[in-house]
Amino acid sequence: MIYFDKVTKLYRDGTPALEDITLSIAPKEFVSIVGHSGAGKTTLLKMLLVEEAPTEGTIYFESTDVHSLPKSMLHHYRRKIGMVFQDFRLIPNKTAYENIAFAMEAAGRPDDEIASDVPHILDLVDLTSKGGHFPHQLSGGEQQRVAIGRAIVNQPDLIVADEPTGNLDPVNTYEIVEILKKINELGTTVLITTHNKGVVDAMGKRVITMERGRIVRDDAHGQYIL
Amino acid sequence: MLMTFKRILAAGATSFARSGLVSFATVLIMTVTLIIVGTLLLLSAVLTNTLASIQNKVDVNVYFTTAAQASEVQDVQSRLQQRPDVAAVTFTSADDALAQFRQNHTSDTLTLQALDQLGGNPLGASLAVRAKDPSQYAAIVTFLQNDSAASSIIDRINYAQNKVIIDRLTNAIKATQEAGLAIALLFAIASVVIALATVRLAIYSARDEIAVMRLVGASNTYIRGPFIVAGIISGLISGLIALAFFFPIAWYAGRSFTEWLGGFNLFTYYVSNFPYIFLVIIGSGFGLGAIASFLAVRRYLRI
Repeated sequence: MIYFDKVTKLYRDGTPALEDITLSIAPKEFVSIVGHSGAGKTTLLKMLLVEEAPTEGTIYFESTDVHSLPKSMLHHYRRKIGMVFQDFRLIPNKTAYENIAFAMEAAGRPDDEIASDVPHILDLVDLTSKGGHFPHQLSGGEQQRVAIGRAIVNQPDLIVADEPTGNLDPVNTYEIVEILKKINELGTTVLITTHNKGVVDAMGKRVITMERGRIVRDDAHGQYIL
Repeated sequence: MLMTFKRILAAGATSFARSGLVSFATVLIMTVTLIIVGTLLLLSAVLTNTLASIQNKVDVNVYFTTAAQASEVQDVQSRLQQRPDVAAVTFTSADDALAQFRQNHTSDTLTLQALDQLGGNPLGASLAVRAKDPSQYAAIVTFLQNDSAASSIIDRINYAQNKVIIDRLTNAIKATQEAGLAIALLFAIASVVIALATVRLAIYSARDEIAVMRLVGASNTYIRGPFIVAGIISGLISGLIALAFFFPIAWYAGRSFTEWLGGFNLFTYYVSNFPYIFLVIIGSGFGLGAIASFLAVRRYLRI
């Protein structure tokens, strides 16, 4: 489904952010990428999302070279991927309901579908009673659940989560992990980056360990080892 | 397509309503801009009308000798009236001139006594000639001087005395119009730049939001649309405020300054030209809001 082919990213001054990354992810996999800060995890995701271009190499998503997509097609590609960030990135002047609905509106889904799907998603992330709240009225964990709701509402093929639990306490972290697991069990590929040993060990799924821009381990049922 | 359009409209209205302080600031600045635009509109009307009324007051008086017959003078009058550059010629007979003189000096007994001592009418008939344009007086005077029938009965033409004043006035009118236009342009440009900067600042505060929208897979049109709608709403509201602002101003000016402006009533002008002023102000608000938002959002949509 995703294939990184000998991808290298150099910063302007020539120091490498990623070096010779070759990596493939199959549909319905749950993959954790671990590593210290600056190991290149976020850069890897940014290149997958076409926020940054690789210096060398190619990135394929379902046999499409995503960096060859014209700008006008990018938003169609991005709709296939649900994104979750460490800092939630909700739209501040939209309610929880509207934040989730926005992703559907942006994808051009009709009103009746939005009206039936959004409450369902709010229920899935356990926020039915808080649909009318604005992000600043929600706790970190609740905001992240809204973000996950927004990421999955268009039934994407892939969920990409960059440090989704980085700003959360252990209880909220556990909840978020459970939701991501559930999404994966329902058939969506999940790719997360994390620092959290507990999260990785509890999952017992594939773990890719990165160090200084390179992949140093890739275990099918990995542990957090650094 | 229609659904997207409806959503963009709704999202724009909602975001305008919710970003209260930012919307308020934008409306405030745009209102000031549009008031400046409107002031220029009214000022140019005042200027044009006042200058026209001053131009109307400029004339050249041709005084005839006391020997000249009224019929001869009226003959000159009719020949002047045939000229294309002459707007009007007013005839004052010798008797009228005397009556006028007496009336002007009713309290001046010494002068009246002297007049009575003279006996008869020392004043001749005269013609007040008004040209269509102040620059045409020279040609009219030359015409009179070269006309043998006229020049023989003409005592004097006060053109030479008035010439300096007429020239100055002509130059002043031209300079005022040119300076007025230059200042108008300067103000308009400055206020538009300020309004642009304000809208850009408002959208700058939403740049993270724009980044998120992009990542969620919203198309550029769908992201840009609501901001432009919000900008247009700001522009329209500002336009309405500016139009309302001019009502009491025009009313007061119409009541207090009409005399001073040479009979030009600003309120009457504002009311009778309202459709035109409405179109200019509301149109400027609409354009300003749309263009400013469009330019500002485009900056943050670069990938």
